[in-house]
Amino acid sequence: MTVSEAEAQMALEARLGRPWRKPPLIRRAWLRWALGIGALVYLALAVASVEVNWARVYEGLDRGAAFIAAFMSPDFASRASDIYAGMLESIVMTVAASVVGIGVSIPIGLGAARNVAPLPVYLACRGLIAVSRAFQEVIVAILLVAIFGFGPLAGFLTLSFATIGFLSKLLAEDIEAMDRVQAEAVRATGARWLQWINYGVQPQFMPRLIGLSMYRIDINFRESAVLGLVGAGGIGATLNTAFDRYEFDTAAAILIMIIAIVMGLEYLSGIVRARVQ
Amino acid sequence: MLRLEKLTKTYPTGDMALQAVDLEIPAGQIVALIGPSGAGKSTLIRCINRLVEPSSGAAWLDDVNLTRLSQAALRRQRRRMGMIFQEYALVERLTVMENVLSGRLGYVGFWRSFTRRFPQKNVDEAYRLLDRVGLLDMADKRADELSGGQRQRVGICRALIQDPALLLVDEPTASLDPKTSRQIMRLIVELCAERGLAAIINIHDVALAQMFVNRVIGLQKGRVVFDGPPDALTAEVLTQIYGEEDWEATIRKPEDEDEAEAAPLPAGAGGA
Repeated sequence: MTVSEAEAQMALEARLGRPWRKPPLIRRAWLRWALGIGALVYLALAVASVEVNWARVYEGLDRGAAFIAAFMSPDFASRASDIYAGMLESIVMTVAASVVGIGVSIPIGLGAARNVAPLPVYLACRGLIAVSRAFQEVIVAILLVAIFGFGPLAGFLTLSFATIGFLSKLLAEDIEAMDRVQAEAVRATGARWLQWINYGVQPQFMPRLIGLSMYRIDINFRESAVLGLVGAGGIGATLNTAFDRYEFDTAAAILIMIIAIVMGLEYLSGIVRARVQ
Repeated sequence: MLRLEKLTKTYPTGDMALQAVDLEIPAGQIVALIGPSGAGKSTLIRCINRLVEPSSGAAWLDDVNLTRLSQAALRRQRRRMGMIFQEYALVERLTVMENVLSGRLGYVGFWRSFTRRFPQKNVDEAYRLLDRVGLLDMADKRADELSGGQRQRVGICRALIQDPALLLVDEPTASLDPKTSRQIMRLIVELCAERGLAAIINIHDVALAQMFVNRVIGLQKGRVVFDGPPDALTAEVLTQIYGEEDWEATIRKPEDEDEAEAAPLPAGAGGA
């Protein structure tokens, strides 16, 4: 046996009979414990700092009960024409904003994928996405209502803008994670850039695009209910009016319809996603 | 036909994948390129059709210097170089027919390809090629429904429908079983002979290379260290290319040749 073989033998002997544990994520024991204890202390202090006015909560229970009771007897009839008009406006906003948003998202998503687009295009598209994602829908809606006035136009533009930020980002990430070799094979045939996208890249991101689009339609509809609260049109405006008049039974009817439509969309997107894999 | 002059590739990481490779391949010759992983085999064939940009040197296809072409001219030259990939590289969510016809993308306009309305001549040729490799019934199946050997045959059809003068073949059998590997190699060699194509075949399996080609090039650390007939691959040469190992079992013995012919290609008798 040579010297190195003997050393290897000893390295093995030293390990035999000793238990094995997965190495800890944080190697230094003091740091590990300090982080753990610090997190617990912070949690305790944070919970202690929340002020709860128990008397106010007790009073509010009645109002909550009235609200829940209203759900037992939703009133679809007395404001039927308002609800109908609001729903129609919401659906129009959702469909229009989804179509426009998805249409614009595809080129921007391609532009924001580093493995497809040149650097200047990439930076421009990523910048646009960052701006779109930095502002919550309600804030954008308040700005657009100030510019375009009350009504569904502001809501439509808000939702389109938000769709672009959401869809382009996720699409770009999917494109960046695609199988490079499949695309390379199409490029090797002498295809032009557009043909390369159409044959080598598009088939790879299409299922994800369809799934995300279905999800976004769902989100847009829910958001359209919120946007009405700031005057951007849709069912939210009707809902807001109902709350202002303490017509909880009408509000309940609207909420039940929103829930039903969202669940319907969810079911539909499940079917679609299963079929496009 | 193909002539490489001091072709060099240094990756941004400093990895010198190719170091002044000189090589000349006449029309119709099939060459096996062997060498250990990381020797630069893949880089070499990708520098020819410029999926990888060479750092310096020249690659001449007939009288065109491929390394100096504009994007548009490069696309025209890529049509003359069919490529067959390791792991097939079919677009998995497209049908077999779309994959084969994608070999014509360099010839047809965007709208034609976008609407999938290829010239009838191309469609007929695609059917003939699929029939030749025994996959006519699979034309409308999605590529990811096929087995490995079937996928590689579709990959071969995609390369051939380009009507190339040269085939660049990157590890065609790396993920196939031994029998399918031989069938695929035989198919490539037969089709090259039928059409008078030159081919560079990157291959790990030395015995398989010896079985099918007349010229072997050994690459080691980006340099050509061997260039000769398969019979000249002795234990010393293999040690020089790959490093120390017992090579006796790898080197082909004359009686192996009969056994190599014993695995017939199914449905190889189509009209082509």
